[in-house]
Amino acid sequence: MTERFVMLAPLALPLLILLPLAWAALAFVLGAGRGSRLAIAAAAVQLVLAFALAAAVMDGGPLHHAAGGWGAPLGIDLVADGLAAAMLLLTQAVALPLFIFARGYFHQDGAHPDAAGHHFWPLAGFLVAGMNALYLSEDIFNLYVTLELVGLAAVGLVASGGGAAQTAAALRYLFAALLGSGAYLLGVALLYGAFGSVSMVTLTPLIASASASAGAEAAEVALIAALLMVAGLLMKSALFPFHFWLPPAHGGAPAPVSALLSALVVKASIYLVLRLWLGPLAPLLTPLAWLPTLLGAAAILWGSWQAIHAERLKLLVAYSTVAQLGYLFLALPLVGVGSTGASASAIVTLQALAHGLAKAAMFAAAGIIIHATGRDRVDDVAGIAERLPLTLFTFALAGVSLMGLPPSGGFLAKWLLIDLAMARGHWPLAAVILAGGLLAAIYIFRVLRLAFLNLPEAMIEAEHHKARVVPRSAEWMAFALAAASVLLGLFGGLPLLQLVDGVGAGTP
Amino acid sequence: MTTNELLPLLVLLSSLLPGLVIFALPEAWHGLRTTLNLFGAVAKIVLVGLLLAGVQAGEVYGFRHVVAPGLELVFKADALGLLFITLSTVLWLFTTLYAIGYLEEAPHRSRFFGFFSLCVTATVGIAMAGNLFTFFVFYELLTLATFPLVAHRGTPDAKRGATVYLGYTLVGGAALLAGIVWLESLAHHTGFTHGGFVATLLPGNEGGLKAIFVLLIAGVGVKAAIVPLHGWLPKAMVAPAPVSALLHAVAVVKAGAFGIVRIVYEVFGVETAQALGLLTPLAVIAAITIVWGSLRALFQDELKKRLAYSTVSQVSYIVLGTALFGPIGTIGGLVHLVHQGVMKITLFFAAGNFAETLGIHKISEMDGVGRRMPLTTLAFSLAALGMMGAPLTAGAVSKAWLGDGAVAANMGWAVWVLTASSLLNAAYFLPILWRAWVRKAPTRWPEEHIVRRGFVETHWLLLIPPLFTAALTVLFGLLPADMASPLSWAQMIAGREYLLPQR
Amino acid sequence: MSSALLYAIAGVLLFAAGAAGVVMLDHLLRRVLAFNIMGSGACLVLVGLAQRSGIPDPVPQAMVLTGIVVAVAATGLALALIRRLHAQTGRVDGKGEEGRDKGETVAGLTLPVPQAVAGQGRDD
Repeated sequence: MTERFVMLAPLALPLLILLPLAWAALAFVLGAGRGSRLAIAAAAVQLVLAFALAAAVMDGGPLHHAAGGWGAPLGIDLVADGLAAAMLLLTQAVALPLFIFARGYFHQDGAHPDAAGHHFWPLAGFLVAGMNALYLSEDIFNLYVTLELVGLAAVGLVASGGGAAQTAAALRYLFAALLGSGAYLLGVALLYGAFGSVSMVTLTPLIASASASAGAEAAEVALIAALLMVAGLLMKSALFPFHFWLPPAHGGAPAPVSALLSALVVKASIYLVLRLWLGPLAPLLTPLAWLPTLLGAAAILWGSWQAIHAERLKLLVAYSTVAQLGYLFLALPLVGVGSTGASASAIVTLQALAHGLAKAAMFAAAGIIIHATGRDRVDDVAGIAERLPLTLFTFALAGVSLMGLPPSGGFLAKWLLIDLAMARGHWPLAAVILAGGLLAAIYIFRVLRLAFLNLPEAMIEAEHHKARVVPRSAEWMAFALAAASVLLGLFGGLPLLQLVDGVGAGTP
Repeated sequence: MTTNELLPLLVLLSSLLPGLVIFALPEAWHGLRTTLNLFGAVAKIVLVGLLLAGVQAGEVYGFRHVVAPGLELVFKADALGLLFITLSTVLWLFTTLYAIGYLEEAPHRSRFFGFFSLCVTATVGIAMAGNLFTFFVFYELLTLATFPLVAHRGTPDAKRGATVYLGYTLVGGAALLAGIVWLESLAHHTGFTHGGFVATLLPGNEGGLKAIFVLLIAGVGVKAAIVPLHGWLPKAMVAPAPVSALLHAVAVVKAGAFGIVRIVYEVFGVETAQALGLLTPLAVIAAITIVWGSLRALFQDELKKRLAYSTVSQVSYIVLGTALFGPIGTIGGLVHLVHQGVMKITLFFAAGNFAETLGIHKISEMDGVGRRMPLTTLAFSLAALGMMGAPLTAGAVSKAWLGDGAVAANMGWAVWVLTASSLLNAAYFLPILWRAWVRKAPTRWPEEHIVRRGFVETHWLLLIPPLFTAALTVLFGLLPADMASPLSWAQMIAGREYLLPQR
Repeated sequence: MSSALLYAIAGVLLFAAGAAGVVMLDHLLRRVLAFNIMGSGACLVLVGLAQRSGIPDPVPQAMVLTGIVVAVAATGLALALIRRLHAQTGRVDGKGEEGRDKGETVAGLTLPVPQAVAGQGRDD
């Protein structure tokens, strides 16, 4: 059984890109709001493929596939190592429940889908295809193309909300994304000019030897290129202070879109930063490792602060994303292993997974609450424990992971990160992580404690009348995501860390 | 999986699974919910009984689950853990019975009993934790599970109380986490071992170890309500009476005190802690807490508030016993872990009965209540006398051992603290008893919810638990040397810690 | 100075001018144009630097073709969004994006009122 499962893996590389492209195109042809069943079925297949891929990588190391039989440099090479397999798994594991959630969310009145969901399915398909291609890409130019694919699809999704505010947010997001990928492209051009290659495998030794020989012209060009690429990617990753576009885009979009964006899309560019920083660009950038870490720490504090003071529920969740993304940059100077033997990149991957699942669940829960109450202010969640207990529980479980409380995946990642920071003697980092957890508790319990308030009987009656129905399937899918994020800490940590570390991805 | 691995897991699951099912039950399914609750509570007692019998027969129970390389959830059943498990399991059964009676017809019972079961699961996890990592996981779980219970009434007051509780405990949790990870980065493991394991890190890490000790004790000290970390306890009084019982006797405060015992004995080891000069400051803080809590209790008119400050004071007896270097003080502290639980839960049951039956919340309203509710008042009186340390009660046993321990440890001042505290206890309990038994009853009670029927002064489910626990208070006082008494148990544990022959 | 370097420097200058435009201009159409200039600059660097001793390298040519396709798609999306914004608010300047300077006060992010609003935006 398992062997046959693993045999699927070589197929998974091209299929994980082709399948979402195919159903996205079909959904587009089918017309507005159609294609949800197709998407869900395909996402289930993709999840199986991603599992098979991860199992195969764990057993036998990285897998390669030359697209169309044309290898590099003319063709495109697809490579899946442990880190990529983990990110692919995250993408499919979030996408499937979110698609089922989105179907319930957009189709509440039965046959007629919500106008906000008219363009959801094709755009979501292109988005997933773009992200899968990004994780599987091995050359830095192909990465540029996939980055743009992801960015354009994401902008389209933000705009799909339909309102003027959403359009404005989408435009702001678009320009930020284009600026970021433009800088990245210029960096790629400079690197190609200096070294004549875009393959990461080829570039790694070339850059290393160039930076070793002092004063080489190639090294200076490479450093400028590296800075351009990383700066562009940080812009797309919404790392403080480049986060300005994120809250309106994520906070304003329809709930399934916000969930996709916050859980997955920002992770794609962060993945790329880590991959480049710890891979080919390591010799150039290692002295600068504290810069993104400082920004990450600032993001944790600033994002949490804004979330604590946000008036609207979804904006609170969006700022929480700004804060949580900061954790992913804290590990850059912590190359090596802590007392538990887990590497920095493995811990970051665990954090990315835990946050992805939890944030998808939290946006979904926020969407359900807003849909049910018809209002989106934080104060409007008062008494929600009475009416939407399951969704409140979902919100709380997701919150547990975001706060880094046991036994969630967020807790495990936080523990390992503090352990690593302390093993390196970086006390301030440990303090920032602890403070971030407490700040997260403030904004999450801000919601939870209101939810337990009793409403006067008359008000409850009135609320029930105007409440719109949220399908049970949507509520349960959000819950499944939150539960997965918590169970990740108990059962997922070990295999995941082994998957990323076992094949020597990222740090030594 | 062998039986010896399965049994500790089953002890955890016996409350976790019913709790999860109860969450999903519709509000109206009263019968099934009650059955599940009681089934879980009784099953747990049976399982703990099996554990006890097995441990007595020399079996070793343990279970481990690896969550990350080098990071394990470890459960074990040792004498100290079993002392705590037995206490909370038995008291849980009575608290459950009491809560079923107390919450009849109240809304949100599924939510309440679901979190109630999670609380006990967390407590048992704390008791069985084999290393600091596991301890921390369940310690934080306990925080999360108690928050909805404190906020249960859904009033703005409840919201405020729950927020204060959460603020204290989460900050404490962060300190605990920092301390544990720091220790782990030095020692590369956090497993509880007899006599502690930090001695191997000496010499060279004195400063670090002292800081770790402060972080760890501050972390668990929040739940143990050590002054100045006690502010949440009186605020959390807004919770329903069964929750107060849970907070004060079964789970939360006890978990904090238990944590201090574990940290002093099985992480640092008394010898090392003494050598680092950490025990005396701990004893001083405990003494300050004892006196401060008693003093504050004196000035509270609200019955539950007075009891809350009394808890602040009484729990630090356990801390004091732990901090007194020498086996006698240890025995006094451990035995008080059990005795305080039994006595304080009686007081809270009784206070809940006064409030539920007659609407009495204040001490000034208690005039003559002894004639209207003689059985409840009797239970209350026995427990209050126990708290004062009256002869032939459980409290007397604790105080005697603690006093002897202080003398043996050359900390004569602690005896004065104990004496002063006993006097203060009398000063804030005796007037209540006087009012209840001697003063004339008013013509009307504040709010009479439950009418008297014959001998049954209130709902029978509310009456049985306090009577039983009051009986235990007397029993532990009358038969301290019995094989099954908490005292002989505490002697066994202390004997191991100090490697003394059993007395 | 080799011709390759000349191309590269011109490309970098174009890129810088374009990037400055994307950041600083208010009119959204001008920003789209600036983005296109930026993209062209990057492509020029790619093609210009890649001619080893006068012999053109085919790989960057292929890349630039891809890059142009991407830029066209992005431009199309940007124009569509600008048209929709114009239809909804009647303005085409960046000031319509409220709170650009302080992202936290992103006002006006009221819930989508889908039926009403989606109808207006349908013309693109």
